[in-house]
Amino acid sequence: MGRAGRFIATPASRRKFLRYAGLSGIAATVLAGCTKAISNYKGDGKGPTGTISLGTGDVGILNFAYALEQLEAAFYTVVVADPYENIDSLELSRLTDIRDHEIAHREFFKTALGTAAIPALTPNFTSVNFASRASVLATAKTFEDIGVSAYNGAGSLIVNPAYLTLAGKIVSVEARHAAYIRNLITPGTFADSTVINSNGLDMNRTPAQVLVLAQPFITQTLDGSSLPTS
Amino acid sequence: MNLFNLFSEIETRDPEVFEEISNRRDALKQFTSSAGKIALTALPFAIGSLFEKAYGGPPPATSVVLTVLNFALTLEYLEQGFYYEGLQSKSLIPDTADYDTFITIRTHEKEHVAFLQSAIKSLGGTPVALPTFDYTGGSGSGNGPFADVFTNYETFLDLAQAFEDTGVRAYKGQAATLVGGGALLTAALDIHSVEARHASAVRQLRYTLSYSTTKPWITLGDSGISSAFNSNYGGEQNLIQAGINIVDINGFNINEDAASEAFDEPLSITRVQNLVKPFIAS
Repeated sequence: MGRAGRFIATPASRRKFLRYAGLSGIAATVLAGCTKAISNYKGDGKGPTGTISLGTGDVGILNFAYALEQLEAAFYTVVVADPYENIDSLELSRLTDIRDHEIAHREFFKTALGTAAIPALTPNFTSVNFASRASVLATAKTFEDIGVSAYNGAGSLIVNPAYLTLAGKIVSVEARHAAYIRNLITPGTFADSTVINSNGLDMNRTPAQVLVLAQPFITQTLDGSSLPTS
Repeated sequence: MNLFNLFSEIETRDPEVFEEISNRRDALKQFTSSAGKIALTALPFAIGSLFEKAYGGPPPATSVVLTVLNFALTLEYLEQGFYYEGLQSKSLIPDTADYDTFITIRTHEKEHVAFLQSAIKSLGGTPVALPTFDYTGGSGSGNGPFADVFTNYETFLDLAQAFEDTGVRAYKGQAATLVGGGALLTAALDIHSVEARHASAVRQLRYTLSYSTTKPWITLGDSGISSAFNSNYGGEQNLIQAGINIVDINGFNINEDAASEAFDEPLSITRVQNLVKPFIAS
């Protein structure tokens, strides 16, 4: 919380900090509220702590996707609950859509996985200033681009064709989000050379690479060591 | 130009695809682990040699992969030619920012064409020949329902959105065919999400110009264009995924619009064939 601590130095910053702290509570509650009781995890009541194994095989890949969707849904839930300063109505409407898509993805995976689902995660958004459009959109861009690369990279690890098609149904929506967010930040960057290579291919990442990027935003430690790698 | 022979060949092969690929998954696993270490720029050339290694020669499954790749190549030809002609029509695209967007998109389609041609050759196949297109949708008459495609920006954008959204659906529809395909599947997925980025960007342009209230994502089965495009979007209104109703799922307030938008839907080769047919002259 070093960054948050710096916010408290001035009254204006304190207001932002309190605003953030309050929202952080919302995020935790939202996550905790949508999961079943987790008796086998020790924690502070807001969610499990410690290390969570994603599991093996196709179920492990689906849990990996579920973890990412939890993160995205929690993020946009906070964004929409108390939007950044001077947000225009169209942006708020679009971000609300995205929140609903991510919640739909999260709840879909939770339901599909049933008892095999990992528990609800507690997000860590201390690096995000939710009062700032630039901070929120930069984080959204990060999440969406990571999401696209994660599904693209995990596709070849899926054995069941039906699961692969489902992942395909979701990844293109994430790509639509990414293009929208990117154009909000800088028009024309919906598919720029930071994500598309000279073969016209979008980025793909292995689950291990994705987990390194996602981990700072998650309180628990995600263990992907049992996931398929080929 | 035996495009339709190609399509029917894929159709007749479709039922066997899963079984064939299933039998070859172990071989393809080796392919995947090796391919993971190869730079993407080297992929088209690596694919051929790795398939050789995995199969010990051109196996029947390779021909299935080749027909899928040639199917994809045909769609990329369609898009590449469309944007090329649009960008050549200097008075068509009024805004420089819009022009730059289409330069970006055209560049990707051109790269996809080159990538797929290279991949097909690497597998020992022959890239399907470039068709002659009729972007008016007149099957070669040059006087189809979109006769003003290169003089009326709104018509051009209508078709751009339809081509991109349909491209997304076409790639998605073939993903399951490529299960176990390792780096080749990954490349197809990488193209698939680029097409989705394009679709989102084109939809944003149409909204900004007040040509449509369409969002960057697809709401229900609504084309956001006109009824002429209903077939391109049929099935997108699906609200049930893997037997799970997405509307109000687990007590969350997810309405039908959001439930449909959250999942894009695949299209079969037959459906794509029917949609593309009016745009092919020969």
